[in-house]
Amino acid sequence: MNKLNDPRQANQPQFRRLQETDRPTIDFFIDGQPCQALLGDTVLTAILTNQRAVRHTEFSGQKRAGFCLMGACQDCWIHLESGERLRACSSMIESGMRIVTALGEGPAT
Amino acid sequence: MSRPNTFDVIIIGGGIVGTSAALKLREFGLSVCLLERNMCGSRSSGINYGGVRRQGRSLAQMPLTQRAHGIWGRLKDLIGIDGEYVRSGHLKLARSEADMESLANYRERTAAFGLDLELLSSAQLRVRYPWIGERAVGGSLCPEDGHANPRLISPAFARAAMRAGAQIFENCPALGFDHDGQFFKVKVASQTAPLEAKYLLNCAGAWANSVCEIFGEKVPMTNSHPLMVVTDALPPFMNLSLGVEGGGVYVRQVSRGNCVLGGSQGYALDANRARPGGDGIELVLKGALELLPNLKHAQVVRTWSGVEGRLPDREPVISFSSKVPGLVHGFGFAGAGFQIGPAVGEVLAEMIAHGQTSTPIEAFSINRF
Amino acid sequence: MNESPIIIGAGPAGIRAAQTLVEHGIRPIILDEGMKWGGQIYRQQPTNFKRTSQQRYGFDAGHADALSKVFVDLLDQVDYRPQSLVWNIEQNRLDVLQHGKSTVLSWQSLIVTTGATDRMLPFPGWTLPGIFGMGATQIALKYQACSIGERVILAGTGPLLYLVAYQYVKAGANVLAVLDTAHFSSQIKALPGLLNQPKQLVRGLYYVGWLIAHGIKIRRGIRLMRAEGQDNVQSLVIKNEHGEVETLDCDAVGVGYALRSETQIADMLGCEFKFDPMQRAYLPLKDLAGRSSLEGVYLSGDGAGIMGADAAEISGERSALALLADRGVCDADAAPMRRRVKDLEDRLQKISRFREGLETAFPCPNDWIDQLTDDTIVCRCEEITFGQIRDTITECDIREVNRLKAMSRAGMGRCQGRMCAQSSAEILAHLSGQPLGEVGRLRGQPPLKPVPAQVLADAWSPKTERSTTERSI
Repeated sequence: MNKLNDPRQANQPQFRRLQETDRPTIDFFIDGQPCQALLGDTVLTAILTNQRAVRHTEFSGQKRAGFCLMGACQDCWIHLESGERLRACSSMIESGMRIVTALGEGPAT
Repeated sequence: MSRPNTFDVIIIGGGIVGTSAALKLREFGLSVCLLERNMCGSRSSGINYGGVRRQGRSLAQMPLTQRAHGIWGRLKDLIGIDGEYVRSGHLKLARSEADMESLANYRERTAAFGLDLELLSSAQLRVRYPWIGERAVGGSLCPEDGHANPRLISPAFARAAMRAGAQIFENCPALGFDHDGQFFKVKVASQTAPLEAKYLLNCAGAWANSVCEIFGEKVPMTNSHPLMVVTDALPPFMNLSLGVEGGGVYVRQVSRGNCVLGGSQGYALDANRARPGGDGIELVLKGALELLPNLKHAQVVRTWSGVEGRLPDREPVISFSSKVPGLVHGFGFAGAGFQIGPAVGEVLAEMIAHGQTSTPIEAFSINRF
Repeated sequence: MNESPIIIGAGPAGIRAAQTLVEHGIRPIILDEGMKWGGQIYRQQPTNFKRTSQQRYGFDAGHADALSKVFVDLLDQVDYRPQSLVWNIEQNRLDVLQHGKSTVLSWQSLIVTTGATDRMLPFPGWTLPGIFGMGATQIALKYQACSIGERVILAGTGPLLYLVAYQYVKAGANVLAVLDTAHFSSQIKALPGLLNQPKQLVRGLYYVGWLIAHGIKIRRGIRLMRAEGQDNVQSLVIKNEHGEVETLDCDAVGVGYALRSETQIADMLGCEFKFDPMQRAYLPLKDLAGRSSLEGVYLSGDGAGIMGADAAEISGERSALALLADRGVCDADAAPMRRRVKDLEDRLQKISRFREGLETAFPCPNDWIDQLTDDTIVCRCEEITFGQIRDTITECDIREVNRLKAMSRAGMGRCQGRMCAQSSAEILAHLSGQPLGEVGRLRGQPPLKPVPAQVLADAWSPKTERSTTERSI
């Protein structure tokens, strides 16, 4: 894909890894796009080391990236393509996970 | 009128019935004082499911429910807001052939009252509403029934009544009642002298019996505790309010996408408050998920319960007092007072202003117990 | 029959409570929402991480290790259940969600140690990606070895602001500025109070000195006006201590003013609450020992009032001792017990005075409402703005917080007011001209946090089966 057209190039990672970079790689998907994270990342870290936002709100579609990282604010709920919901800051990334960031636009079932 | 503490009517209770009565009484030119011990619409009128339906009501309620339907049709003109009211249709599902027969029966008995009920077969359900699970074998649709947000509606009636000149006092319980042969006297904390009125309107909902008792006409009222469960916002999939024949579970999806599920019962914490219990929440969800597979991945975000008053025959009391001239009762809606509430308010106002009402209410007499 | 006490939470308070109970021959059940014990302050990193305690906890490394070892040594003497959310609690039962299944436990004695979260003051643009709470900012580093961004600004007030700044710079993050809303003069004024915990005071001064020595800009007396950016934060507009407007480029902001207690369990149980003017919030009533207004329910740690991690350990032990005395396992009048209790309560008193000092040193700005614009989001979950809240208050003549929630939707969303209830109450108090303590307290219902509908539907069973609720071993 042409670098200029790649939507994720415009969307830099939010989190910066400072330490613990020598960990096994995990392959997963965000909105159908293949991405990588490291074993031991939460889903939130996995997403935010790839892009700026974790989800779009269901009411206005504005972007959010979580907020409290301790399971209190409930602002990091994503779902998997299967429909299952996950709170990104409290769940660990797993190989092959297919994450959808627009909760309101996902499948109805 | 002449003295600041004297009114034509004192209303006890600021739910949908009391506030709509206040509004109508003002239209008739009577002076009104309404006493609400919490905030208007914060009790039964605010904690119900939000169904605005005629279908399912008894024959005795048909004239009232039709009258109310007309009022709901001009809600915005009346109270200034739409309160999220939609005529989405109300679909009552059958889970067996016996249910289907029951629905067909009901359609026949109520044919004269303009509900326009349409019976749907299993095949028709699957085509029209594919999101309904296989447990449903048919249903009865009332196309113009719907739902609204109960938290918004009663307070809006109260504000409309105030704009029309009713004096409404919140956080103001009635502390004592008396009658001197001419006037009712009602004691409140903020005044040394009691409030006075020729008419006393008892719209105290689940607590109306204490007023009845003071005037010697206690009724066999009990309490129920509706239980509601709300999901997170889901993509829109339901465009009508759903119930089941025989009761037990009801579901609606609001425009923001949350599904409101009702059923089961909560339990009382004290005379004024109730809460949902874990078992009740689980039971509501079990019933709702059986009907609606689309809820499979939904999350429960909040729940609530509350207190409603009911009489043994599940019909309200809408009646002149059997004991004291000038005392009028309007209470005990058994959890089904939201839709008919505004009509009951008008009826009560007519009873006071004109001594009678055009809507038949014999079935709701306080003498029937 | 005396059932095992249940401890909710496994942070410093829960750990010490468990230790104390075990020392007296009791085997508690511990329901911990986290993946591993430690709470937030001593949150453990994932098992495949290699950083040392020193790297993660700095000066607290020894203490963190010791506390964790206490719990490790207890593991075979307690019934520890991690990843367990108490989503409902009633007089005789609670419902726990663990690994996709909900079960019922009956209870007789509870020690509630539910901890705290950041206290939030909304400002225009605060929902932009890249803006996180101060606790979150620390967790990103402590738990995931990440900085929240490439060019980080830390803002707000409180001791955590300086601790996180120090930890971030030490770990190699790029901290552009540390913005404190408090003035230096407040911190001087607070010195006498802060001397009640000399070790903490020295640490705090050390962090500030270290940051300055490492060239980190510390600015005081600032106000956050708004965050700007297209789809993530790209700059922070502030008012400096001279009242001048400045724009600071960044790609991440960590913001925090104080902590707020997670009191939902106490509320759901029906404990009595009282308004605490210093914490500007309703807190559950408790005596010095941690007994709530309900028999059998004990409250300790930050979940019942913010006192910090050291106080949490002390109060956790104190509550457990109260439970033991109330159950007749310990003799409250025996001299060793009385001495221990007095020691614990004296230490709590000192910390209390230190906390007052902190409040003087790092007061919450009382003019934050002035920065709000009509479109500033107050309720993140439901996206309710300040303008909407203000208009609802006016149109419906609202004077009470539950009414405000019902009419404006603020607080109705997934977090059930954790992020917005305090600020909504302050806005309501301000606009309706009432003291904060008189606008009421938001009442909660189950579930404590969002739970999957299917899991609950599956958990239902007819009453007869349910009467044999899970008993503790």
